[in-house]
Amino acid sequence: MTNPTITGAGTVRAPATGAPAEQRVRHEDRTAWGFLAPFLVLYLLFVIGPTVYAFILSLFNGSLVRPGLGSWAGLGNYAEALSSPDFWSSLWHTIYFTILTTPPLVALAFVLALLADRVAHGRWFFRFAFFVPYVLPSAVMALIWIWIYTPAIGLAESWLGAIGITSPNWLGDPNWAMISIAISTVWWTLGFNFVLYLAGLQDIPRELYEAASIDGAGPWQQIRRITIPMLGRTTTLVAVLQVIASLKIFDQIYIMTSGGPNFSTIPALEYIYDQSFTNMRIGYGSAVSMLLFVVILAVSFVWLGTVRRQERGV
Amino acid sequence: MVGAGGLALGGCGTLAAGVTGAPVAPGTVTFWDLFGGGDGVRMAQMLQTFEKDHPEIGLQHVTLTWGNPYYTKVSLSTIGDQPPDVGVSHASRLSPFVDGGLLQELTPDALAKHGLTPDKFDQKALQACTLNGKLYAVPLDTHPFVLFYNTDICKKAGLLDASGNLRSMDGPTAFVDALTAAQKQGGAQWGGVCAVNNDTSSNWRIFQSLYAQLGGQTLADSGKKVVLDDAKAIQVLNYLRDLSVTKKLMPTDVDYPGAIALFASGKAGFYLQGEWEISTFQTAKMPFSMTLFPNVFGGDKYAVQADSHTLIIPARGNDPARTERALTFIRSILDQSLTWAQGGHVPAWRPVAESDAYKKLKPQSNYAAAAPAAVIDPPAWYSGSGSNFEIVTGSAIATVRAGQDSPDTAVKAMRSGLQTYADTAPPV
Repeated sequence: MTNPTITGAGTVRAPATGAPAEQRVRHEDRTAWGFLAPFLVLYLLFVIGPTVYAFILSLFNGSLVRPGLGSWAGLGNYAEALSSPDFWSSLWHTIYFTILTTPPLVALAFVLALLADRVAHGRWFFRFAFFVPYVLPSAVMALIWIWIYTPAIGLAESWLGAIGITSPNWLGDPNWAMISIAISTVWWTLGFNFVLYLAGLQDIPRELYEAASIDGAGPWQQIRRITIPMLGRTTTLVAVLQVIASLKIFDQIYIMTSGGPNFSTIPALEYIYDQSFTNMRIGYGSAVSMLLFVVILAVSFVWLGTVRRQERGV
Repeated sequence: MVGAGGLALGGCGTLAAGVTGAPVAPGTVTFWDLFGGGDGVRMAQMLQTFEKDHPEIGLQHVTLTWGNPYYTKVSLSTIGDQPPDVGVSHASRLSPFVDGGLLQELTPDALAKHGLTPDKFDQKALQACTLNGKLYAVPLDTHPFVLFYNTDICKKAGLLDASGNLRSMDGPTAFVDALTAAQKQGGAQWGGVCAVNNDTSSNWRIFQSLYAQLGGQTLADSGKKVVLDDAKAIQVLNYLRDLSVTKKLMPTDVDYPGAIALFASGKAGFYLQGEWEISTFQTAKMPFSMTLFPNVFGGDKYAVQADSHTLIIPARGNDPARTERALTFIRSILDQSLTWAQGGHVPAWRPVAESDAYKKLKPQSNYAAAAPAAVIDPPAWYSGSGSNFEIVTGSAIATVRAGQDSPDTAVKAMRSGLQTYADTAPPV
């Protein structure tokens, strides 16, 4: 993918090269670093620093209630995690949640944005309605859905019952709990992707559609041949952000099921939290979070690579 | 939410204390608890009385989420040298605190100065606060698992005696018969109800009450050994599965608030839970009473799952003035044990527990006999109220009560889950 703005900037700067210009560049460099400094300091202090510290911790048998790093563990914590079925199942739950939520959150956001964009009257209402759940704090959203899913007196059971469907035991059945959480999450976070798609839709020049309809293209063809390709970059962005967000799942699950029933929804992050803070095994918890870090990094790279390649193909 | 509130109230003081490591509010008592619902309301009343009686001390109070989150915060704040002056702990949760060196020992001399002598406490509860021969907490109550019953439904079902109390229903068949009667003759949708979903502790409580009646043990050697008795556990699980899955006397898919709603709305004859839910049903203005959890398997020896709320002083250097303040506060709370007992708990403070006022408190004093029969969760670094121990066992028990797994599978899951913790070197 070539980026015209960057090449543009390069060509503008080229003729100005010379002794005084070089000085100016160095000066600009310094200004840039000056502006970046506040961010970099915070980033070093609160992201890089703790990450390095967590890595060091992961090599020791540290306990929260004992001072110091604890005894040397080497790679023992990593070995324990990799051979623990609880670790693997929690990792699978995180990935399962990502698989359940990412496709609908991308596809539904696109469809709803398309529809909301086409509504002639009261467009503001639809934009507002789809975005509003996103504003809710996770605790509020979780409480709302706990009540919807409550057996016997919940809204879901009573509405499905009214149309003759026996509703499953949403949060109580190990096979359904993660799906139920995924449904509530889709409702909750759809608005963010929806807004990104709406913005993307505004950027598509109207003339393309006019030209297409003069050439006799129907609405479906226009969507397939114009809208979807023109939104390619938005889709990449939405998909990558969504995968990363889904891999970081914690809040809803912690509030709605605390990882239950029978540990069927415990995600990797809760496993880390439980080990580090509830069990006070800070060394082991750090090792697991390092492993999760590697997984998220790998998934993000692979995903980004695949989507980029596909985009080039289009 | 609580943190934000505290920050707003504390304002600059909190921030400055955080930076310099000074106490948040010097000279006042800071108190953390985990009480919601009716308990929370009553504790607030008691705190008001304390503030009125001791205006010279002052109070800062924070309520945190019950269970693991609360204990995590108390531990972390103590490690970070910013603990509350007084905290609440379940007796079953004291051992990891003590092993981690997080609690101040309460010496007999310091206690005696405030009139807190050993003879004034329920001995079983006091014993639960004594670890390695030293006292680390002051017991406030014993809170057993009890039986709530809807008096209208039970009357219709012919389960009440002439004076309106529940007839004895001890033994495995009597309890089943009573639930059946409540459903058939009583006209309730469910004979009884006890939370299954998303509530591992309730599952553990009902299991442990029956399992302890059989004399079953779970852990030994401070949690380093799993001594689960498979035959007894399977017997209890079969019994529980019969109640919900086979005989359909109890729902297989109800969570904590759902169970309350079913009982409060008269759709269940019996409700099984700790006595603390009394306030909920009083507020609902429904016809109900309470009694001991039935002696299903115990024969002539009664046992029931229980725990105790205790008051602790998290360790923070050696500050006699802080200890004084804390003990003054603790004494004031104990003196108000009658208010606390209205919330269902059996007082550990004998001057109140043996008073006429408490004996006249009905239905709360109906089950006072549970205190000497209390079975508290076994000591281990991963055990206690709302702990991983309860999560591991309760999750497996729930699968049986929901009809998802066989008792055999559940016992295996409990054993392997507990073994993982037993094999881990204790982090405290």
